[in-house]
Amino acid sequence: MTMEQILPPLVGGILIGLASLGMMFFNGRIAGISGIFRGGLLPEAGETLWRWVFVGGLVAGGVVMMFVKPTVFPTTFVSKWPVYVVAGLLVGFGTRLGSGCTSGHGICGISRFSARSIVATLTFITTGAITVFLMKMIGGAS
Amino acid sequence: MKYVATFLMGLLFAVGLTISGMTLPSKVIGFLDFTGKWDPALIFVMVGGILTYGIGLPLITKRSGPIFDKKFSIPTRKDLTPNLVIGAGLFGIGWGLGGFCPGPGLTSLTTLAGPVLIFVGAMAAGMYLYTGYEKLTSK
Repeated sequence: MTMEQILPPLVGGILIGLASLGMMFFNGRIAGISGIFRGGLLPEAGETLWRWVFVGGLVAGGVVMMFVKPTVFPTTFVSKWPVYVVAGLLVGFGTRLGSGCTSGHGICGISRFSARSIVATLTFITTGAITVFLMKMIGGAS
Repeated sequence: MKYVATFLMGLLFAVGLTISGMTLPSKVIGFLDFTGKWDPALIFVMVGGILTYGIGLPLITKRSGPIFDKKFSIPTRKDLTPNLVIGAGLFGIGWGLGGFCPGPGLTSLTTLAGPVLIFVGAMAAGMYLYTGYEKLTSK
């Protein structure tokens, strides 16, 4: 791999790490996106508004990047819409059952050497890879 | 001020996600494609994120508390449960199918692309479904 290939994900990862540190420094909260989004949907006293504000920041960041560098977003989608329905349902249900996603487990949890997060991350990367393999077999994805 | 900081952290998080390539489903699927033309680039998102958070977190939690709250809320659970593994497993299947995890899905809403809107709507539905499942199984 060349530096041009490594640098964007590395810098992006550092920014994600800094934003997550900021959430702990200012609010004392883990920057787990699935948990934050869930908390917006299912209100808990005192824990709802900041979650919506954070989600608002995520969306606003997307809007900013749309102007700065639109190529960071896809223009074509390989799969048909029912695939995204199933994908969304599994991501929503699975992140609640498994208490987190790529951010909460994959970044924040692993950084704390949490055994739960290490197990969760190895699991979702494995099932994700199996899914991609099977999708290729049936010709559902490129 | 708490909400200004929260908003800016969300924004910074989104900038990191987009720069890293996490908002491109084709890139994510390439990362999960171990048996094909594996694209390892996204491993560096984890490397950058884990190193930054791992180094910074102990420095922050040495303080008496966060700026806008009384104490740090850090998960303390250590039990490896079937729910953890099954949940993470289902999440991984969804991630591999669509190429979106929750953060990139929300950040990509700006595209107003059908698949993104469908994904985020279904993700919300999946979270509500879990509440129903929880009620059923707690009886």
